[in-house]
Amino acid sequence: KPLPFPSQMLPMGVEYDPSLQLPASDIISTVEFNHTGELLATGDKGGRVVIFQQEIENKNLPQFRSEYNVYSTFQSHEPEFDYLKSLEIEEKINKIRWLPQKNAAQFLLSTNDKTIKLWKISERDKRPEGYNLKEEDGRYKDPNTITSLRVPVLIPMDLMVEASPRRVFANAHTYHINSISVNSDDETYLSADDLRINLWHLEITDRSFNIVDIKPANMEELTEVITAAEFHPHQCNTFVYSSSKGTLRLCDMRASALCDKHSKLFEEPEDPSNRSFFSEIISSISDVKFSHNGRYMMTRDYLSVKIWDLNMENRPVETYQVHEYLRSKLCSLYENDCIFDKFECCWNGNDSVVMTGSYNNFFRMFDRGQRRDVTLEASRENSKPMQVLKPRKVCAGGKRKKDEISVDSLDFNKKILHTAWHPQDNIIAVATTNNLYIFQDKVN
Amino acid sequence: MNVKVAILSIQLRLNSIKKLSTIALALGVERTRTELLPFLTDTIYDEDEVLLALAEQLGNFTMLVGGPEYVHCLLPPLESLATVEETVVRDKAVESLRKISQEHSPVDLEVHFEPLVKRLASGDWFTSRTSACGLFSVCYPRVSSTVKAEIRQHFRTLCSDDTPMVRRAAASKLGEFAKVLELDYVKSDIISLFTALASDEQDSVRLLAVEACVSIATLLPQEDLETLVMPTLRQAAEDKSWRVRYMVADKFSELQKAVGPEITKNDLVPAFQNLLKDCEAEVRAAAANKVKEFCENLPEDNREQIIMTHILPCVKELVSDTNQHVKSALASVIMGLSTILGKDNTIEHLLPLFLAQLKDECPEVRLNIISNLDCVNEVIGIRQLSQSLLPAIVELAEDAKWRVRLAIIEYMPLLAGQLGVEFFDEKLNTLCMAWLIDHVYAIREAATCNLMKLVEKFGAEWAQNTIVPKVLGMANDPNYLHRMTTLFCINALSEACGQDITTKQMLPVVLKMSNDQVANVRFNVAKSLQKIGPVLDSNALQTEVKPVLEKLATDTDMDVKYFAQEAISVLALA
Repeated sequence: KPLPFPSQMLPMGVEYDPSLQLPASDIISTVEFNHTGELLATGDKGGRVVIFQQEIENKNLPQFRSEYNVYSTFQSHEPEFDYLKSLEIEEKINKIRWLPQKNAAQFLLSTNDKTIKLWKISERDKRPEGYNLKEEDGRYKDPNTITSLRVPVLIPMDLMVEASPRRVFANAHTYHINSISVNSDDETYLSADDLRINLWHLEITDRSFNIVDIKPANMEELTEVITAAEFHPHQCNTFVYSSSKGTLRLCDMRASALCDKHSKLFEEPEDPSNRSFFSEIISSISDVKFSHNGRYMMTRDYLSVKIWDLNMENRPVETYQVHEYLRSKLCSLYENDCIFDKFECCWNGNDSVVMTGSYNNFFRMFDRGQRRDVTLEASRENSKPMQVLKPRKVCAGGKRKKDEISVDSLDFNKKILHTAWHPQDNIIAVATTNNLYIFQDKVN
Repeated sequence: MNVKVAILSIQLRLNSIKKLSTIALALGVERTRTELLPFLTDTIYDEDEVLLALAEQLGNFTMLVGGPEYVHCLLPPLESLATVEETVVRDKAVESLRKISQEHSPVDLEVHFEPLVKRLASGDWFTSRTSACGLFSVCYPRVSSTVKAEIRQHFRTLCSDDTPMVRRAAASKLGEFAKVLELDYVKSDIISLFTALASDEQDSVRLLAVEACVSIATLLPQEDLETLVMPTLRQAAEDKSWRVRYMVADKFSELQKAVGPEITKNDLVPAFQNLLKDCEAEVRAAAANKVKEFCENLPEDNREQIIMTHILPCVKELVSDTNQHVKSALASVIMGLSTILGKDNTIEHLLPLFLAQLKDECPEVRLNIISNLDCVNEVIGIRQLSQSLLPAIVELAEDAKWRVRLAIIEYMPLLAGQLGVEFFDEKLNTLCMAWLIDHVYAIREAATCNLMKLVEKFGAEWAQNTIVPKVLGMANDPNYLHRMTTLFCINALSEACGQDITTKQMLPVVLKMSNDQVANVRFNVAKSLQKIGPVLDSNALQTEVKPVLEKLATDTDMDVKYFAQEAISVLALA
């Protein structure tokens, strides 16, 4: 069914604030809906994963309201120490990816810089009763009093959601893992670090195949690193990876075992009028995502979002400016390191709208068909429940209108790096530094 | 729950599951059926090891539920287990289901078993549908024709399931299912399913169809192969995905046997040539591995001609392939061609290839040639190769990587046997001794073991003349590690050399080393005496060994004392 451009975003019931339950240093580092949108997973800097479940009030009403409530919380990764290199390995969750559901339980992959783990989340609603050796309160019986053998029966109990680690995929990455992506064949996935991409089988943890290796023989010749990688949604043999130089490489695993040679290279020639000292830095692609229909790819670089057609390598088919007003501020953004912030981007369910984050807790949505866009804010002050979010505007120069905010007043510490869009409905999850916001379009 | 408690409780549950039959016996058949089985059906929350044990136990439970009449009671818990996500548990559940299906009467099959299969095949979860694929072939033969039609329909549906996982399960069971079908249905149903799966969009499905190809081809009469199977096979051999082509290469010998000599000559020979020249190294390596088997199984009448005209040119190219795994794979089988081609062809065409690979820069290639010399020996004798062989062996023996050195040591007894004792003494003896003082312990250890095997091959007299003097000479080496190696060698050689040599030559050296200034040497003396004790006679033990051990038992070093006392007690010298 067609998805309209969300015009009336409402904040939903829960605003998860990890700092309320956990030490204040924990920042949300990744957000991901599962394939039906019923579950939303977040990972944080403390190595924790929190999963929310959608509970829908009366789906039959045209304007149903859904709530996302905490379903499960678990510690996915712990901090580790690499003794050989004397380096700390952070427990921060870099990415979470859900597996398609294959039975009653749910599975997800979560990764930190070095280790990927497969987690099973399952429900238990029955417990056994009627032990032979124990009383109901747990005390052991006197064996002499036991005269017959009884078989316990299962009785209902309150729903318990359990998370258990099913596989640990370790020791395959020298550099920091930035992406994981599950293949459409449901049995393999890739993991990418700065210089290499590995292919894993979900059932096999002691072996991984290297499919891309861009490490030069002489490290002094290193000029480019891998920033993100993703499998094509339907073609089991195709994947793409982006680089710090703003290029995208599409690879075909059918052609050869080692995919160092790309089949397609997507790169936009540089606009000479915009050339500056920072050109290369801001061209670095921080995220790449295939569209759901598999015909397009979206990339996010520092100032823009670009849509590429898989059949056209020499330039993107669409470009959207996220915060062009920052182009004149690049020097100070370089000094405070913000120029290196890695923003993510995402598609809506039918690929008609794309979304990405910005500063000052702003996030942007671009309607591809109608060529319109909106800037919204995710913050406590500006989101009262049941009150539609008001569009925001940044004043780039000249006279500032009422309700506009000037560039110099933007808070660069309030950045929205991670956003996710429900696969079917206009429900979005937006993570500020330490809060998770969920918004739903009133018109549903 | 802390980890230790969790592991303990899993172990407890695992132990109890393994005693499930005891519990069933105690309960009796009726209570087992009415109480135990329902409980087990619902407790699939457990750890995989427990569920796996449960799935296995249930496969043997027929008598415990009252015999074949009641065997269908085992179906509910196994059906639950067949839907869990852990593949090993599901596979075990399917295995048990297959087992107990044999104990169902034809009526029970239709009333109980087949409905289970139907439920799994139309289940919501991929896991139940994949399990269903493994159950069709066991119930098909014994049910009525209406039910047979239903089963065929279910299998067809699963072959075009939305999920790759299910299609893969169907593809992997295609051959097995075809085997139980009537030939007409093989031709009408299976072939179209096979063709569809072989053109699936998922590489992982297409490559499983290649495996099915072998089974299907064996079932069909020769005249049907050309129209029903060969087009699909040709397509697979030229598939865009190297993994599919790899599968074809990997299954090549089975395919060859299945399609028969005519089709092999017309289709498989050119296909094999293409695989040997494939652009992807993995495919070339898989094909190279099959060169000997493929050639062996060619029809005798024009085997030589086919090999010389079509296969050998490709093999020559592979000798200088850019990829070392390809060359290594070739090296492991190429020698086998000499028995097929005979003496003259071997000398003229194959010998240059062997020699080239013997000089390859990759140690594994050289090792693979050396390990297969016996085939060549049979045909032309080793002398032709020995001139090139020696430098190759020496180079490997001195390779910087210790694992390469280790590998060549392991071939030494074999080589010695093939090359003969004179060649060995002349050329290889020094190498074997040099390994005894290698820097790497694993090499010294392997070298010691090597000596033992050589003595077993060449005899005690040879040992006495050639190696024992050198081994004993190391007892005076300034490096204590080398002195210890002497002791380890003595440990290894004493039995093979016999009582005489041990008593007259080895024992004095061991006893002398009891005065060594390094404690490690001294306690190894004690251990050596314990080891060689059984070879000596009681006189030597009492008059020579006992005093020395008693002296060592009062040594200042604790370990020396310990091992001396142990030797005394083991040898019963107290």
